[in-house]
Amino acid sequence: MEHTIEAFKREESLGARHSGAAAASDGKIHIERTQYPYVTGSSVLGIKYKDGILLAADMAASYGSTKRYKSFQRLKPVGKHAVIGASGEMSDFQQISTMLDELTLRDQMWDDSNTLGPHEIHSYLNRIMYQRRNKFDPLWNNIILGGVKNGKKYLGVVSMIGVHFEDDHVATGFGQHLARPELRKQWRADMTLEEGVRLLEKCLLVLYYRDRSSINKYQIAKVTEEGVTISSPFAIETNWELEAFQNPTKNAEGSW
Amino acid sequence: MAHGFKEHATWSPYENNGGTCVAIAGSDYCIVAADTRLSLGYSILTRGHSKLFKLSDTAVMASSGFQADVRTLQKNLEARQKGYYHQHGKPMSCPAMAQLLSNTLYYKRFFPYYSFNVLGGLDTEGKGCVYTYDAVGSYERTGYSTQGSGAELIMPILDNQLKSASPLLYPPRETATPLTEQEALEIVKDTFASATERQIYTGDGLEIVVINKDGIHKEYLDLKKD
Repeated sequence: MEHTIEAFKREESLGARHSGAAAASDGKIHIERTQYPYVTGSSVLGIKYKDGILLAADMAASYGSTKRYKSFQRLKPVGKHAVIGASGEMSDFQQISTMLDELTLRDQMWDDSNTLGPHEIHSYLNRIMYQRRNKFDPLWNNIILGGVKNGKKYLGVVSMIGVHFEDDHVATGFGQHLARPELRKQWRADMTLEEGVRLLEKCLLVLYYRDRSSINKYQIAKVTEEGVTISSPFAIETNWELEAFQNPTKNAEGSW
Repeated sequence: MAHGFKEHATWSPYENNGGTCVAIAGSDYCIVAADTRLSLGYSILTRGHSKLFKLSDTAVMASSGFQADVRTLQKNLEARQKGYYHQHGKPMSCPAMAQLLSNTLYYKRFFPYYSFNVLGGLDTEGKGCVYTYDAVGSYERTGYSTQGSGAELIMPILDNQLKSASPLLYPPRETATPLTEQEALEIVKDTFASATERQIYTGDGLEIVVINKDGIHKEYLDLKKD
């Protein structure tokens, strides 16, 4: 979108925000709907463990290269049985959060002693993401949804164009590249809570070292049959004396 | 400024999540198989994702391409199948489903389902049938087919090994394979192992479904994970 007064007025007067198309000064229709994200969250990690699901994310929301918000909660409970974590555009995540709250509230108001399980909520979320993609107006998020219901553990992901799948361990953004290999190596189905948290912390540390939009302030969400808990923020001990960080440009060509 | 709109790369509503599908028809059976890898660029999203979808006791579809479109297509056809069953008191035959799939794909001719499908099953006489499609619904009944990332690697092997009549013959002969179920299964397993070696989007696991008069029998084997 052009950040000039003229363009803003043009869009406003032609109701461009509603239709997603604007007639420019040359009379042709230009689709302006497609966005790019402004305030973004980085990776989210998720694993199944013995008693349920663990999700982890840092609390940063960046505005381009500025770390604008450092206490942004990117993990949210959904109903009684599930938790959702999102990377990407945070305002879209907030809107999704509202939609899911409406869904679970309506479900609760039926008062029929049946609640939507994580699979059903994920299905609903998949359809929302796909339908927005069909309108060329995506919700710019990569979302992890985890939950436990009737003893069955569920961990799923959905991308901004509607690609979705389940797995025993999942990650968005940089986590897909940096954390997933470690999770593939270390994950076991019978991990205890301590082992699960330790594994996530190991991955979060790698992300802190190597992802420039991450901060050393995290939350971990736990879902078990009993319900959802989201931890208070915590930090992980870092070690910048590691050999890999000494003389980083020693063998790099062309650097000084 | 000519039109005053900033130029920048736009997002795409499509992506290719990879995968390979195969279907082979015999005289009284049909084999439908697909790998279980879901990819994005050079990343593997998951190793355990099924590309097979049972539409009825006589029709199984395998699809690769853009996973969100594949899933939507599966849901669409499943809903239509259920509606047909309730209206007509019997499930859709495989040839009927074949036509429905073609129509469904063409319906979105100007915003296609990025989905490459093979449909396998038994026709109304109990003989194996395979239908192969492109993304916008162009289809034909054939004796065997593959679609997806590894299709170019696998198709020549099937042409060579299945001992089917040549599709170039005139008058046309049926191209279903004269091989037995077991022989065809071995070829399926070998072709996927070969495609896995040379193709990054194929691997992790192989799901095979065999449809015959006794019903649907499922099998799973590991493929190389590199």
